[in-house]
Amino acid sequence: MPSVTRVVLAEDEVLLREGLVGLLTRFGFAVDAAVGSAPELLDAVRTHRPDLLVTDIRMPPQHRDDGLRAAVTLRAERPDLAVVVLSQHVQSGYAAALLDSGDGNRVGYLLKDRVADVAEFAATLRRVVAGGTAVDPDVVRHLLRRPRDPLDALSPREREVLGLIAEGHSNAAIAGRLYVTEAAVGKHVGNILAKLGLPPDEDTNRRVLAVLAYLRAAG
Amino acid sequence: MTVDQGLAAALRHRRYLLSAWPWRALAYAVTTLPLAGAAALGATVVAAPLLLVAAALRRGRPVDAGALAALAVVALAVVALAPLAGAPVAAVERWRLGLVDDRPVTAPGWRGLAARFTTATGWREGAYLAVLGAAVPLAYGTFGLLVLLDAALVAGPWLAGGEDRIVLLWATVDSPAEAVPYALAGLLAVPALVYLAGLLVAVQAAVTRLLLDDAPAGTALREVTRSRARLVSAYEAERRRIERDVHDGVQPRLTSLTLQLGLARLDVPDDSPVAKPLAAAHEQAKELMGTLRGIVQGIRPPQLTELGLAAAVGDLAARSVVPVTVHADLTRPVPDLVETTAWYVVSETLGNVTRHAGAGRAQVRLTRTDRLLVVEVRDDGRGGADPARGTGLTGLADRVAAADGRLLLSSPPGGPTLVRVELPCRP
Repeated sequence: MPSVTRVVLAEDEVLLREGLVGLLTRFGFAVDAAVGSAPELLDAVRTHRPDLLVTDIRMPPQHRDDGLRAAVTLRAERPDLAVVVLSQHVQSGYAAALLDSGDGNRVGYLLKDRVADVAEFAATLRRVVAGGTAVDPDVVRHLLRRPRDPLDALSPREREVLGLIAEGHSNAAIAGRLYVTEAAVGKHVGNILAKLGLPPDEDTNRRVLAVLAYLRAAG
Repeated sequence: MTVDQGLAAALRHRRYLLSAWPWRALAYAVTTLPLAGAAALGATVVAAPLLLVAAALRRGRPVDAGALAALAVVALAVVALAPLAGAPVAAVERWRLGLVDDRPVTAPGWRGLAARFTTATGWREGAYLAVLGAAVPLAYGTFGLLVLLDAALVAGPWLAGGEDRIVLLWATVDSPAEAVPYALAGLLAVPALVYLAGLLVAVQAAVTRLLLDDAPAGTALREVTRSRARLVSAYEAERRRIERDVHDGVQPRLTSLTLQLGLARLDVPDDSPVAKPLAAAHEQAKELMGTLRGIVQGIRPPQLTELGLAAAVGDLAARSVVPVTVHADLTRPVPDLVETTAWYVVSETLGNVTRHAGAGRAQVRLTRTDRLLVVEVRDDGRGGADPARGTGLTGLADRVAAADGRLLLSSPPGGPTLVRVELPCRP
């Protein structure tokens, strides 16, 4: 893996595009191209072959979900392309479309609000490039809100941990957030997987996908 | 207090005789005379061939074929000219109708000479001439005769006595004293005659309106409904524009601003005097992003713009706490207003299902027929939904009515509940 992550950025609003370029550069990403429409995005990714694509969803020419469709197309061409899409509002279908592209690894679906916490946003991008999955906490919250018997069996703390797993965090990261030891998190995770009937898995990302698949299965 | 807008309504009032209406009817009747007289001339010319035949038969003589042909040609020419002559007469009559009817009359615009003969308006105005020339003189003549008879009754006491006996209706009187009861009866008949005159004029006015008003009542009402639907559609277009402006202009800039504040915080050491206010500004900007997102959602759901109705409803279903299955059969496009209304119907109804129904599942069905979009939401909950007990359903019904649709509800106690909304899809 190259030491510098190369990025193509697509966002149609100029100020925000420049802001994002600033952010990416600041955190050590190399921005190959910054474009403002879906066709340009397709061209730029095919030309530059970046490691990561960060794109807005609603973009020209149709101002619908052009950015997302371009991203899904590119994922089909290059399953190893890491993609993070940014949305102005929560739309669980978008996350599903991304998770269904390729093997579900190296994808992220985030609200644009997450951009504000710059350091965390950069860390999420790195996690996705490294093969992880990132689903916006708001989307995970929607998934968790549905009543299903096994979920009802979880304690509040376990639900909290499950949410963080689904967002794509590792045991260590979860421990850091909840101010508990990593061993405690490991115990919670074991309980959760057992209650949901999912196989225990040490690989963080496979675990994320299993949990997300479980949550997404229509109740 | 109600104000009578026309003679026909005024006639039903007890104080009719004391109001201005009898005088207005009189003014109308008097001004009718010259017009009816002129029209009667035309009617006589048209009827002339018939009169000729009738006269010949009565005298037992053969009909003069040449004269008959000439009269027939003239009569046909007059009939052919009726739609032309009808235009100025109709204009005068529409104005005159105001004497006995305060409701507006719609006049057709002048659409050229040919249109007089090819449109229903032209021939209706021609037919009006026939009414004015034939029916009106007959009716007025009969009424005039009644008035004369009554006048004779009233004048009886002065006419009787003296040289001759006089005949009043069926009785014969010899002296003024004998005529007095008849005179009293005649006086009593005066109000009845005033009423009869009013009735006569009211009928004439009704016929005039029927033939000369170019905007029947049904058209006017439909126009009102259409203009309301247009207004609501205009609002909808405006909402769409605002949502787009906020999404394309305001939200990215706010995100950009928040991002810049986030970057600035990285460069400011924690013990700097700027650190705290900067952190506060950053947090406030983040909160504002959430607030603005809520506002945009209320203006017009962005999901509709990005995904269309079927997928946006699928998204609603995916977010619902109660499991929901969606069947969308939308083969043809749905107008913006209908799309938004349908989306709100599903959103509100699924909210109700979650809050009140105690349901285990729900089902949403979208069907596009020729002229309608039908939205059906059913759940297996406890039923008993009552529009009278909450504003939710009424508010929804208002929203549906604004799009010219209707909301039907079936919710027996014990369930299940079915909400069906039909929204017309005009092109």
